[in-house]
Amino acid sequence: MGSHYEAPIRTPLVTGNKSYHDVSVDVARPVEGRANKHWWIVFSISLAAFLWGVGCIIYTISTGIGTWGLNKTIGWSWDITNFVWWVGIGHAGTLISAVLLLFRQKWRMGINRSAEAMTIFAVVQAGLFPLIHMGRPWLGYWVLPIPNQFGSLWVNFNSPLLWDVFAISTYLSVSLVFWWTGLLPDFAMLRDRAVKPFQKKIYALVSFGWSGRAKDWQRFEEVSLVLAGLATPLVLSVHTIVSFDFATSIIPGWHTTIFPPYFVAGAVFSGFAMVNTLLIIMRKVCNFEDYITMQHIELMNLVIMITGSIVGVAYITELFMAWYSGVEYEQYAFLNRATGPYAWAYWSMMTCNVFSPQFMWIKKLRRSIIFSFIISIVVNIGMWFERFVIIVTSLHRDYLPSSWTMFSPTFVDIGIFIGTIGFFFVLFLLYARTFPVIAQAEVKSILKSSGDKYKKTSESHE
Amino acid sequence: MGRGDIVKDTTLEVFNTKDAKVWNPKPHVSKDHVMIPTTDPGADLWTEFDRSIGHHFNLSIDLNSCTGCGACVIACHAENNVPVVGKSEVRRSRDMHWLRIDRYYSSQDSFIDDVEKKDNIAGLGSSLSEFGELENPAANPQVVFQPVMCQHCNHASCETVCPVAATSHGRQGQNQMAYNRCVGTRYCANNCAYKVRRFNWFLYNDNDEFDFNMNNDLGKMVLNPDVVVRSRGVMEKCSMCIQTTQAVILKAKREGRPVKKDEFNDTCACSNACESGAMRFGDINDHDSEIFKLKNDKRSYHLLEHIGTEPNVVYQVKVRNTKEI
Repeated sequence: MGSHYEAPIRTPLVTGNKSYHDVSVDVARPVEGRANKHWWIVFSISLAAFLWGVGCIIYTISTGIGTWGLNKTIGWSWDITNFVWWVGIGHAGTLISAVLLLFRQKWRMGINRSAEAMTIFAVVQAGLFPLIHMGRPWLGYWVLPIPNQFGSLWVNFNSPLLWDVFAISTYLSVSLVFWWTGLLPDFAMLRDRAVKPFQKKIYALVSFGWSGRAKDWQRFEEVSLVLAGLATPLVLSVHTIVSFDFATSIIPGWHTTIFPPYFVAGAVFSGFAMVNTLLIIMRKVCNFEDYITMQHIELMNLVIMITGSIVGVAYITELFMAWYSGVEYEQYAFLNRATGPYAWAYWSMMTCNVFSPQFMWIKKLRRSIIFSFIISIVVNIGMWFERFVIIVTSLHRDYLPSSWTMFSPTFVDIGIFIGTIGFFFVLFLLYARTFPVIAQAEVKSILKSSGDKYKKTSESHE
Repeated sequence: MGRGDIVKDTTLEVFNTKDAKVWNPKPHVSKDHVMIPTTDPGADLWTEFDRSIGHHFNLSIDLNSCTGCGACVIACHAENNVPVVGKSEVRRSRDMHWLRIDRYYSSQDSFIDDVEKKDNIAGLGSSLSEFGELENPAANPQVVFQPVMCQHCNHASCETVCPVAATSHGRQGQNQMAYNRCVGTRYCANNCAYKVRRFNWFLYNDNDEFDFNMNNDLGKMVLNPDVVVRSRGVMEKCSMCIQTTQAVILKAKREGRPVKKDEFNDTCACSNACESGAMRFGDINDHDSEIFKLKNDKRSYHLLEHIGTEPNVVYQVKVRNTKEI
């Protein structure tokens, strides 16, 4: 059996006795079929939320940032919380598609396409916030180092916000190219199956004339590997740079050297939770239980458990360092976090992020669909609170008590956040109806080694 | 928490009998296991440039003679076209003062009792309850007040974080805002230890929602033509009245002479309005000036000196003629 051999003790990654043709048919079904009622209901709700968000954004831009709950002490709140939250969510997609590719983890093939789609859609939401949080967003292009006629005006390369601009734009572009490269053979599969001329034309266009020649495949493999190599450092660098926004500042509670690894772990943590949220629904709705198996969900739960524990260690380290440093401001910042007026947010964060993933030590629970789904939602809530706690509780009581105050969100803050959730799901739902949501070409490449049909055959020949 | 970093006060007896190190201690940091003052160049991240050429403006605020009357706040508003934003904005902590007067109340009978209470906090249980108690003022508290405006830090934390370099350092020591360049990320305000930066949350002029004399002809005639009216979405703050310091420099230039001794004195609207002489402004490169003496006075200190921002605003320790603080 040569390269197709895999030890029988490894559980198959593709179940349901699938042949190559079955894979094509299964993956093309959501695209070729019609949307059911549930899709329309969820889509309508998402679209309504999105439009509500658009309305709130228009109101903000036309009236002023004053429509948000910010004040002289708290200059960032839900805006940057949402920004960091969405960027963090994106990280799982890159980790799955790039890091797991380099580590030859074949189980990524069932989930990488949707995880990458999630990355891109999440980064789109994230990118929105730095733009609309500006007092004058129409001048947002000034953060780009482009030649200009304002004299010798240039950007400030000392500013972590500028590093963010480069980090996020690099991340979006590399992720997009990586995602699209992987999509080429799958789009070509849809093109070849398409019967309607218009559909055929569109898929022909987006598959960039993929012909399936050996040379195409060779280049495809090369490019995938190179892009994986490019994307891997991004998994670590993007959230590191995002954490620099805080770590390089002088605000107690922000000025912390632990932030880069802590943020990266948190990002992977929240990202895997979001992948679980999306795929648990998707595998049910699109009948992908044979491709996104219990094993996939279990492995993702393990990643959630491990990264959740890393984040927990980081939280405790922060408290320890505050005490051990002997810096009064630092000590107060963390005392205030845990026991001050925002203690409810801190303890929500602790419960959701540190306590809840520990249930995954129990095999029965991490192999339970409904429990995995609940934990994935809980983790996402917890990670939103983590960013809120870092941003708002550090700012609201910093050095001078004369400026201490509280933050309360307005309907616009809430509306924009809900709007981005709506926008995210609008994009994801459209994607689910028009894109090959499973990397079928890659899945086919492991079918002979990890598909249960072939595994059974090879076992019977032994 | 860090009371001595913010308002320093002492009694007349201590002031007269003890060394300045006792009643005006300078913060130190450890470098290579040796304690050095935070103002020491060795504690510095930045390479210093020569500040001895040209003017270098400083503002001194004497906590002893400040009565907290608030004339400086009004003068600043009038001079710099700072909008009045109204009750509803103030309730949302959006007061638009470039210069404010901070008031602190003791939670025990006196501040010395507060410090004692704080120093006696031991263990988690007591810190959980007693820090909270320190937030509540006593029924008959001791009070201190302190005018705070942009400290014009020589090593300003706001300047490094602006992505478009809208805030930068002036050659004469000021931290300057280029309003036209500001895109309004508010990162500078977040990273300001003194929380002196003020954002234009709305269009405050020509706006019926904020009918406080900036949207009618008569009100507009009162605006200072030497200072811009800021628009929505930009950060603003104290400029050390650069329009008047520049006017002095230009006048001297026009008359073909150097700026006279103490000619800069009280060019800042706040120091000009200060009746008790608590605020003094001037050029510390003029070594005969009053401000030079004040800056090097043994009573002088910087607000939150330990951060290392090296402000160009100096405070003078408050000395009370009482038995205890």
